[in-house]
Amino acid sequence: MDLCVTHSERVGAQCVWLKARPTEGSLPACLPGQFAQLRADTPGVLLRRPISIHDVCGDEISFLVQMVGEGTRWLGQLGVGDVVNAVLPLGNGFSLMPEDTPLLVGGGVGVAPLLYLGRALREKGVKPTFLLGARTKDLLLRLDAFREVGDVLVATEDGSEGERGFVTQHSVFSQLSASATNGCSRIYTCGPAPMMKAVTKLAKECGVACEVSLENRMACGVGACLCCVTETNDGHNRCVCTEGPVFDAEVLRW
Amino acid sequence: MLDLAVKIGALELRNPVMTASGTFGYGLEFQDFVDLGELGGIVVKGTTLKPREGNPYPRMAETASGMLNCVGLQNKGVDYFCEHIYPQVKDLPTNVIVNVSGSTIDDYAETARRIGELEAIPAIELNISCPNVKQGGMAFGVTAAGAASVVKAVRKAYGKTLIVKLSPNVTDIAEIARAVEDEGADSVSLINTLMGMAIDAERRRKVLSIGTGGLSGPAVKPVALRMVYQVAQAVKIPVIGLGGIMTATDAVEFLLAGATAVEVGTANFIDPAVTTKIVRGIGEYLARHGFSSVREIIGVV
Repeated sequence: MDLCVTHSERVGAQCVWLKARPTEGSLPACLPGQFAQLRADTPGVLLRRPISIHDVCGDEISFLVQMVGEGTRWLGQLGVGDVVNAVLPLGNGFSLMPEDTPLLVGGGVGVAPLLYLGRALREKGVKPTFLLGARTKDLLLRLDAFREVGDVLVATEDGSEGERGFVTQHSVFSQLSASATNGCSRIYTCGPAPMMKAVTKLAKECGVACEVSLENRMACGVGACLCCVTETNDGHNRCVCTEGPVFDAEVLRW
Repeated sequence: MLDLAVKIGALELRNPVMTASGTFGYGLEFQDFVDLGELGGIVVKGTTLKPREGNPYPRMAETASGMLNCVGLQNKGVDYFCEHIYPQVKDLPTNVIVNVSGSTIDDYAETARRIGELEAIPAIELNISCPNVKQGGMAFGVTAAGAASVVKAVRKAYGKTLIVKLSPNVTDIAEIARAVEDEGADSVSLINTLMGMAIDAERRRKVLSIGTGGLSGPAVKPVALRMVYQVAQAVKIPVIGLGGIMTATDAVEFLLAGATAVEVGTANFIDPAVTTKIVRGIGEYLARHGFSSVREIIGVV
């Protein structure tokens, strides 16, 4: 479907926050953790770009696009009124466990799907805690929006905001292990693979369930090309686009 | 009334547009986007005798106007196909063609024999051109003798329409086409992907897990078109053209070069509904130029 951009704002040093709504009809129901395949309509860029759903409000959907290559730079330069073609929603989302006290851990642009997840948990009567990380303060994304939905903890590698170090070095984790999970029974995480692996390890040590959202390189987005696979504990390669992008950390062979 | 029908061996297609193996799953994945009844046929994912996990991730790299893949024939094997997938695809409103691959000649023949028992599968496409597997695959497809030996064995085991998918990674593709025609192939499809490579300069390493992969997309179209033209001149059996077809105009170019039908591959990733647009576009082209049948334009260049 074609989406018309309704808002475009530079956030952090490398990202753009886009809001858009369908040019015709209404937005299909989207779950937290699902993604869209956006088409960068520029010569030389062939494939769509898988972008996670950052937030949904009525028929308006939003994305955080980190500008890394030609395709994402094209998406980042879109202005209000511009049209972008999207295939959505794709993949499986996070589980929404209303009885849990969740910790949502995001790094870099991986924080994007956690806002919509937090909002959905909040609607189920759960107040989420976000732990958001970046290399420096300049790269943190939309902290105010997260603060409207839940408690926000921050870690930066240079200590320019929040605690100094990786998210996995944040004191919240020592409290988790010290007080026998401190009431937290589920961690949701999205970010760079090394960060998610470290979060998974900590969650396991604390006996807390953990769901990870993978961002493997993708072509089709619908389970046809088998390019985006990840290996699971049963020894099979599974499509991240259709069986993920959210997986129970326990099933992944990392 | 425009006549878009073409024939490949005993296979009758309502129009010349099919999907390329490995780009359209089993058709089921695309039903939200495409009315499969509008397509000439779909060629489903490469199937081998035993299940294969394929190559490790990363399996894909985007390149200028193209993409490399080294999926490596991941599939659940012919038993799984017959038991679990066939019941889901046998009533699809289009021709379902199974792409068959293998590591040995016996593998190919046995897989083909098994598929031949499935009533609703009217044809197979023999993949002797996969560049991403260590054994078999392209190894058979790069010499005339190797290609002939596989086709000879499969021809004995399989009685329905036999299409042989050719590799472009050869010196003289027409020679290979003639060799498989001589062994009784009903049709040849070409081209499979062109072997390529991508390197990440910043990280100083190969992008794909096995280093090399097969190039597809608009970048390969001129090469594919040339090869389809050469093969169509060299053989009497119908040629199926593929390689970088993104639009109806691309498809028409392949028909003009001598292809009786076309397969659309990588374009499905960019626009999942592209195949139906190509069918309509071919019709519009014929009408615009005063042709009544698509067969009037095959090989006229």
